[in-house]
Amino acid sequence: MLLEIKNLHASIGEKEILKGLNLSVKEGEIHAIMGPNGSGKSTLSAVLSGNPAFTVTKGSVRFKGMDLLGMAPEDRSREGLFLSFQYPVEIPGVSMVNFMRTAINEHRKYRKQEAMNASEFLKLMREKKALVELDNTLASRSVNEGFSGGEKKRNEIFQMAMLDPLLSILDETDSGLDIDALRVVAEGVNKIQTPQKSCIVITHYQRLLDYIVPDKVHVLFDGRIVKNGDFQLAKELEKHGYDWVKQELSD
Amino acid sequence: MGKETNYINLFRNYREVLRQYSSPLMDAKRDAAMGIFEKRGFPKPGDEAYRQFPLDNLLEIDYGMNLYRMSTPAHPAKVFRCEVPSLSTQLFFVVNDVYYPDNKPHHLPEGVLYGSIDKILRDYPELMAPYYGRLSEQSDDAFAALNTAMSQDGFLLYVPAGVEIEQPLQLIQLFHGEIDQMANRRNMVILEEGAAAKLMICDHSMTQNSCLSNQLTEIFVGEKARLEYYELEMTHSQNARICNTFIDQQASSTVFVNGITLNNGVTRNNLTLRMLGEKAESKSSGFSLLDQKQVSDYHIAVEHLVSECNSQQLYKYILDDESRGVFAGKVLVHPDAQKTNAYQSNANLCNSDKARMNAQPQLEIYADDVKCSHGSATGQIDENALFYMRSRGLSEQEARMMLKFAFVADVIEGIQLIPLKNRIHNLVGKRFRKQMSACAGCDIC
Repeated sequence: MLLEIKNLHASIGEKEILKGLNLSVKEGEIHAIMGPNGSGKSTLSAVLSGNPAFTVTKGSVRFKGMDLLGMAPEDRSREGLFLSFQYPVEIPGVSMVNFMRTAINEHRKYRKQEAMNASEFLKLMREKKALVELDNTLASRSVNEGFSGGEKKRNEIFQMAMLDPLLSILDETDSGLDIDALRVVAEGVNKIQTPQKSCIVITHYQRLLDYIVPDKVHVLFDGRIVKNGDFQLAKELEKHGYDWVKQELSD
Repeated sequence: MGKETNYINLFRNYREVLRQYSSPLMDAKRDAAMGIFEKRGFPKPGDEAYRQFPLDNLLEIDYGMNLYRMSTPAHPAKVFRCEVPSLSTQLFFVVNDVYYPDNKPHHLPEGVLYGSIDKILRDYPELMAPYYGRLSEQSDDAFAALNTAMSQDGFLLYVPAGVEIEQPLQLIQLFHGEIDQMANRRNMVILEEGAAAKLMICDHSMTQNSCLSNQLTEIFVGEKARLEYYELEMTHSQNARICNTFIDQQASSTVFVNGITLNNGVTRNNLTLRMLGEKAESKSSGFSLLDQKQVSDYHIAVEHLVSECNSQQLYKYILDDESRGVFAGKVLVHPDAQKTNAYQSNANLCNSDKARMNAQPQLEIYADDVKCSHGSATGQIDENALFYMRSRGLSEQEARMMLKFAFVADVIEGIQLIPLKNRIHNLVGKRFRKQMSACAGCDIC
């Protein structure tokens, strides 16, 4: 098992958002987590990536058998966890190239590998940029600064390709994307995917799942996973909305 | 009278010595300056201009002064290695407040005068008389007055009309010796019409004793002249620097001033820049990187006296631990200075609860057809950016360092001297990695 979440409770400030969430992801699996606004989807991605704004009050998360919650955000990344942010952060004054080179080399240092030399690095960058059709000039600019919504999301997938994670969490990567950008981003994700790698796709809508086809679909509601299924479940949700799930729960 | 008395008595008791060991031009200004100092005294607690500056501790120390002009025992270049090498072969030294004469040929264009201000004032009294003391005597700053009363040497650069010096000049100002001491360094830069020069001054200390540098620099930039003037301080916690710089700019001249406080104890930099001729342009910029109990206090005043001049100010501070920063920037636009463009920007990063920043951006405009703006902001590192970077595998320390770097990147980018820009880039990295402040001695030996 790559990721095993048991009875996870998490809050921001006094407010409890995750209320006993369970989820297991095996190597090679693609999971979709769907759910209405405010159900806790983004909190889940924040907690898994180690965002200090959230407090875990109960439960456990094991990643590659290790206690994920005890790890610093940077170590989670170095161990192969990646979060594609719903709202990528702009960092004026830090160039993409410098940012990625530092990130790659910190990963390598963690694995006791030597730092990548400049030409190797540039080659890698060229290769991965092509994957998501990222504009050449973007790489020399400051991280996400002045990027359009679509460029920001592409930039997330580019970083994912660069860091080559075992588990990627795509937090509403489809939001704010037009249909062409959505296709590019999704194809990028698919090209990166291998039988060893897993992916959690968090989304409101089915449309991303037309491109990134999930093995399992979960419905998150009020801080818990209340329904599990396959791709069929996503289609039903798209058709009927979440109300019937809520209805079912109250019955 | 409190602490002033020591200096007033010293002046009286050694008046003859000062006369004997300095040029007549310097000596002629002393009594009037001491008069100002006696009248004003050191800034008092209620004195607005020095309100945030911790003077008391500085003035407690009994500093020695080298009134008899003892020369330094060792050649500074042999005991000192500058962190900004290969910038130029045109290297000059002032040790404490003594210009160190070397016999190296400098290959500067004909007519250029450079070296000991004392010697040049003696050798060219007629040429220098219109300049020496002209800007400083308009100031009522106690330290400026004390400098004029007591100073005996420093560095002078004179570039005659139409002469352009391509190669940058570098002046190293060092403290050296076994006692607590005060150096009244006196510098002067004169660019006549159409002249051009680039001067960089680095402050260092090679002693762990307490040192107070009370510096005064007068800069005259003639019509269409171009000056790049850099100051870089890399001293340590026992060092205090009080520096008054006066710049007068004539028509169509351009001035680029940059001041970086990379490592220090207590620093006060007063810059007064006057734009006296039309179509003059000035850019002043700088940053201070502060930690522990370091203090950096910049007072910048840019005065537009005539029309169609442009001025820009960009100053940044990064404060850690219990450090303190002060930025008081003023733009004064006189009634006749129509079509002025004046911009001022100040931004500060406070990284600890105990660090403190005081910012006082000021615009005073008495003309009606001008474009002026100013802005000042003090904040903390963006936690979202920090988390974003960590989520990509950067350690918190590395991420913080990159964000700090990014914060001052525009000031570094603005440095026009490319080798210096690259060097500053490296030094800032070293500073953030704490490879500099740990032991000032290591940086040197």
